[in-house]
Amino acid sequence: MGMTIIKSFTFTMSVLTAMIVQAQEGIFDEYREMMGDDNPAVFVIDEGEEYWFAPAGPKQATLAECDLGLGPGVLEGAYAYLPRYFEDAGRVMDLEARLEFCMVELQGRSREDIHAKPYSLRGDQGTEMEALAAFIVDQSSAVAVSPSQDRPEERAMYALGEELFYYRAGPHDFSCATCHEQAGMRIRLQDLANLDSHEGAAGAYTSWPAYRISEGVVRTMGWRMRDCLRQQRLPELVMGSPASVALQTYLAVNAAGAELAAPGLKR
Amino acid sequence: MIKKLAITLACAWASLTFADSPSEVLRASMVDKNQATLDRIEQDDVQAFCSKPRAERGDLDTMNAVRERAMAGIEHPADGVYLGDWVSGGEIANNGRGLQYSDNPADPNGGNCYACHQLDPREMAYGTLGPSLTNYGARGQSDVVVQYTWTKLWNTHAYNTCSHMPRFGAQGILTEQQLKDVMAYLLDPNSPVNQPMDAAD
Ligand code: HEC
Ligand code: HEC
Repeated sequence: MGMTIIKSFTFTMSVLTAMIVQAQEGIFDEYREMMGDDNPAVFVIDEGEEYWFAPAGPKQATLAECDLGLGPGVLEGAYAYLPRYFEDAGRVMDLEARLEFCMVELQGRSREDIHAKPYSLRGDQGTEMEALAAFIVDQSSAVAVSPSQDRPEERAMYALGEELFYYRAGPHDFSCATCHEQAGMRIRLQDLANLDSHEGAAGAYTSWPAYRISEGVVRTMGWRMRDCLRQQRLPELVMGSPASVALQTYLAVNAAGAELAAPGLKR
Repeated sequence: MIKKLAITLACAWASLTFADSPSEVLRASMVDKNQATLDRIEQDDVQAFCSKPRAERGDLDTMNAVRERAMAGIEHPADGVYLGDWVSGGEIANNGRGLQYSDNPADPNGGNCYACHQLDPREMAYGTLGPSLTNYGARGQSDVVVQYTWTKLWNTHAYNTCSHMPRFGAQGILTEQQLKDVMAYLLDPNSPVNQPMDAAD
């Protein structure tokens, strides 16, 4: 008797909770609907274009001849093939690693300068890296995610990314898998992407870089990796580092075939 | 300082080889930040064993050894008192901060329980990575229940090896007093966890 009451109570509760949770998520959906195609990222894309063509660094050169993998200056579709191996650098690179390479090689800028503040802080103006990422990913819109896995270095990056995805460490014993290996889960009210499945990885990967409403800036996929590792209680991930490239390779390959729709719009 | 380190690292990236282990790659890819230092990358036996997809874990002997070591390491309150103050326990359960480089190390750590569990039925912002603990107090306060719950909080792997739940006692995330307070939040009949919705409203 008592058990039945508890059970029906619990059931009512979970229905109620689901309704309230949906209502809260509804606010974000409504916002998204209201914005329609007006993702504030459009302004950031323009800003990124300005950076791309602006002379900078000791050499006062632009990035216009930067080779993102499809040839110098070719931007259309380029993001979709990243991360990939670059002969001139001798390693697999994600977008940020490659942009850094071009800034050093073409513009003569120092790594110190580039790493000084690649991502904006909460409430700041966006950074050059964030604007460039928005500008570049926009030119792969509707292109299928197609990271190259032809070379052994690229396959090794995927294997490493998979190992890192399950690597538990730190005081809380978290790995990416703790939060992202099951479908339909949430932390507090935030939905968690199931990133070891094609469907989950595709939904996540194709929507980054993204404009984050809560922060008012475009965030890159490298930032997303860094911020999840912060929540994992690990040290700070260096932009363009092998671990960053490996995790993004893992996600990109899992997402392969899905069409990019970035910059996305996030809560 | 930190920036310099990042620069030195960048130069070493091209020379990393396929043979490098995940921990070596992470060490070459991260920098110390506040309380989150590079030593956190090293794994202990539980972390190393549990860092494989479930299907590939397999080895029962190792798993049993990991579980037995977890059980043997449980520390009990010196005064034999397991239940503290549920009000403070509720704050700990609600607090998701602690041990991130963005957290102030002078503040007490949270237990982050709501990230993964439903507890007080009036709190709507709860996660679903773990089971609902609403009305947990219905299990009573027998020795068995109290010992089970304390052990679960101290080192979850003593019962369920490779559980996703953090080891709040064994890893020093929560103090003994904080653990007692969380115990009371779960088990005290007056705790909101054990109050049906309309009763307290
Ligand atoms: C402690 C929990 C936790 C851990 C560990 C964690 N994440 Fe996340 N992750 C989140 C949360 C919460 C969000 C959603 C954040 C938001 O809504 O703003 C998220 C979002 C993401 C997204 C974006 C998903 C999307 O659709 O926009 C990606 C990609 C991601 N995480 C990858 C990772 C990777 C890779 C790791 C490991 C290096 C990792 N996460 C570790 C909690 C975690
Ligand atoms: C990152 C996720 C996570 C966090 C944070 C977490 N738990 Fe858990 N917890 C789980 C999972 C998953 C299970 C179920 C699997 C298991 O038993 O190990 C669980 C199981 C439990 C159980 C056993 C449930 C039963 O029916 O016997 C208790 C009690 C518990 N958690 C209490 C807590 C408390 C209290 C906190 C905060 C101090 C907490 N958990 C924080 C994930 C988490």
